[in-house]
Amino acid sequence: MRNITKTFPGVKALDDVNLKIKKGEIHALCGENGAGKSTLMKVLSGVYPHGSYSGDIYFEDEVCEFKTIKNSESKGIVIIHQELALIPYLSISENIFLGNEQSKRGIINFNETYAKTIDLLKVVGLNESPDTTVNQLGVGKQQLIEIAKAISKEVKLLILDEPTAALNEDDSENLLNLMLEFKKQGMTMIIISHKLNEIAKVADSITILRDGKTIETLDMKKDNVKEDRIIKGMVGRDLTNLYPNHTPTIGETIFEVKNWTVQDVTNPARNVVDDVSFHIRKGEIVGIAGLMGAGRTELAMSVFGKAYGTKMSGQLFKDGKELTLKNITQAIDAGIAYVTEDRKSFGLVLEEDIKTNITLANLRKVAKRSIIDNGQEVVEAENFRQKMNIKTPSITQKAMNLSGGNQQKVVLSKWIFTEPDILILDEPTRGIDVGAKYEIYSIINQLADQGKGILVISSELPELLGISDRIYVMREGAFTAEFERKDASQEKIMKYMTKTGVEQG
Amino acid sequence: MKTLGSLMKNNVRQYGMILALVFIVILFQILTDGVLLKPINITNLILQNSYILVLAIGMLLVILLGHIDLSVGSVVAFVGAMSAIFMVEMNLPVWLSIVLCLLIGALIGAWQGFWVAYLKVPAFIVTLAGMLVFRGLTLWVLGGQSIAPFPEEFRKISTGFLPELSKTASLDILTLVVGAIISLGLIWTEVRKRKQQQSYHFDVLPTWLFALKLVFIVAVLNIFAYFLASYEGIPNILVILVVLIVAYSFFTNRTVTGRHLYAVGGNEKAAKLSGIKTQKLTFWVFVNMGVLAALSGLIFAARLNAATPGAGNSFELDAIAAVFIGGASAYGGIGTIIGAVVGGLVMGVLNNGMSLIGLGTDYQQTIKGIVLLLAVGFDVYNKNKTSKLD
Repeated sequence: MRNITKTFPGVKALDDVNLKIKKGEIHALCGENGAGKSTLMKVLSGVYPHGSYSGDIYFEDEVCEFKTIKNSESKGIVIIHQELALIPYLSISENIFLGNEQSKRGIINFNETYAKTIDLLKVVGLNESPDTTVNQLGVGKQQLIEIAKAISKEVKLLILDEPTAALNEDDSENLLNLMLEFKKQGMTMIIISHKLNEIAKVADSITILRDGKTIETLDMKKDNVKEDRIIKGMVGRDLTNLYPNHTPTIGETIFEVKNWTVQDVTNPARNVVDDVSFHIRKGEIVGIAGLMGAGRTELAMSVFGKAYGTKMSGQLFKDGKELTLKNITQAIDAGIAYVTEDRKSFGLVLEEDIKTNITLANLRKVAKRSIIDNGQEVVEAENFRQKMNIKTPSITQKAMNLSGGNQQKVVLSKWIFTEPDILILDEPTRGIDVGAKYEIYSIINQLADQGKGILVISSELPELLGISDRIYVMREGAFTAEFERKDASQEKIMKYMTKTGVEQG
Repeated sequence: MKTLGSLMKNNVRQYGMILALVFIVILFQILTDGVLLKPINITNLILQNSYILVLAIGMLLVILLGHIDLSVGSVVAFVGAMSAIFMVEMNLPVWLSIVLCLLIGALIGAWQGFWVAYLKVPAFIVTLAGMLVFRGLTLWVLGGQSIAPFPEEFRKISTGFLPELSKTASLDILTLVVGAIISLGLIWTEVRKRKQQQSYHFDVLPTWLFALKLVFIVAVLNIFAYFLASYEGIPNILVILVVLIVAYSFFTNRTVTGRHLYAVGGNEKAAKLSGIKTQKLTFWVFVNMGVLAALSGLIFAARLNAATPGAGNSFELDAIAAVFIGGASAYGGIGTIIGAVVGGLVMGVLNNGMSLIGLGTDYQQTIKGIVLLLAVGFDVYNKNKTSKLD
């Protein structure tokens, strides 16, 4: 791939990216969340059609102009996405040949389908009947079905986007061995992964992306690449002036969580949050670092009145007193606010106007005997518009007409309106521009200065380092390290986010 | 300064249905050679559509939450049957029978609400089952026969009028007085609302347009009162309707629970994370629907002066159509009581007008179906257009 540039409205997702993959190798693609890995692979596989990006794709010395996924698949390029694309109530064989049915004049030849499925299952080492419906299988086996599906298309270049993100260690190991097996048979593969130990195990060469640009391509053997070397390539940008200066005044512990364990809703055998303990002090901004799927959101939501999960154990303390929160209303009453990760799906009622959204979580404050005082509601909302600098002609503007940054300010207003003592902010600046980010950071600092305890969950390490006073690192449901701001660095945190061996920091 | 054009464009949703209603009224006024707006027919229109409007009010709340209730027609029949059992066969006092019937409605609503809210069975399925179950129970209770007649006192609900003040005039004075009082009250609240909005620097209608709007509304109101006055006066049922419309409008617009309804319908997850008890709310909305369906059943039985096994057939469809014609969104979160009532009137005037000019049911059904599709299609089209702009 040469000089690939892809822009989305307002963002340059890929900027002159070059990627060269040798036949028969396993090539790893690394970078932080949002570095452009998945976008690049979507360009390669035709998800983003030719013409929506600039640059050229060469495959086997041929210029390719993929219009659809079908085009790229016919050349033998197959992508397995991070989210599995299987139909739960169809059988293994039906899933494998979905869109590629073994049929004559529209009538499926089930004998042929079965025979081929059995062969494919042997190749991926899965011992299941082709009739089994996919929803009966675990995630690891489902991943193998995806691979079987890819092989059925006579794949030459297989792209795996975070194939082990949802797998446990045995399944991951199994998958990696399978990849090595395929390599022996001459298949070329691209793997996207955050788990650097896995990359070190299987990859022959590695390309690092950062902010949509190619940083470097390394040969694993020749350059003798270690995990630390990869991390250095992935991070390594300066933090000047992106974050407002802030000197915290830290008081006593306001919120404490002890031995918090939460069962996975979809897979009861696994704990998404595993024996986590932490505390927040008054005026302190505490960060939680971790990869997607590490259990950070589940931790926050389960603490917030069981908004996630049904089975959990552990204790919550606020100002030294134990809290029992049965539902979200009780959590809000106890002075906890949780600003959700995805503001459009979980934070706002997009069809409603700004003032309605701001007052939603604490309508009682503008109501008397359950009747809303429209005048007071307007006064309060107007107050927030000015204080938070929400850029809108009027507070009667619908939330869906606002930019991401302004929407986030509305969500923040909503939660500040509930007068919380503890604010949990889940990815507070995702998808908003640098200017608005700075404003949000300033607001967070102000809230801390008012003596509130703030917990920030973020996938962007520079952001966590820029605003937190203390940082916890979370990996696979457990806390692996805790750093004071002065001791923390991206390299250190990244190590604890990704490394398999747990050391106490 | 906004132009009239842009004002119209921005409020198409709000005024579109009222304009449609006016258009349909004028159309049939012409087609029926003026029969449509004769005082007797206006009174008739109210009596004929009252039970659908009551259902539409309850249905609006259900649809606001993104659910649907297909069982209301059967509940109308079942409650009608039970009222006949209480009043005609058991000779219970009328007031007690009414209370018992409303209670039955509440229980039915609680039953369906429980399945929808707590067991998460789609409302479509729960109420489809309810539609069959309560129709079946109606047949069972009535033994396939009609029961009649009801006590005079009960029939008054649907057929009676408020008492006259003086017998001398050919016009009913009370009606005119009520019309005037409501006009004054309306002007006062509208002016006050406008002043309040101005004090918060909201966009308000230009003064002349505001005045024009008030004059128009007051004129329509008083002409309406005059028509009523020149027949028998104000029907009892109109009082019930107005009280319901005002109460439910206030409830949806001004109370905390009403606001929660819109939030849950607009984005259930966000509402839940804001501490709103979505399940409880859903449950009570279905209880409310059950009570209003029972009320509608009583009104219908009183009007017909009989409880029949076929009562309330396809009422659910009329009520649902009224709500959607009135601008509610099928995905929940959007819709108003007034809209639903106007939607119900559009259907009512269509029914009445088409009957007056002697169109057969075949034409009537077809035309109503097309009107529903066009009304909602227009609404969706408008919405897509505005959302593309941002």
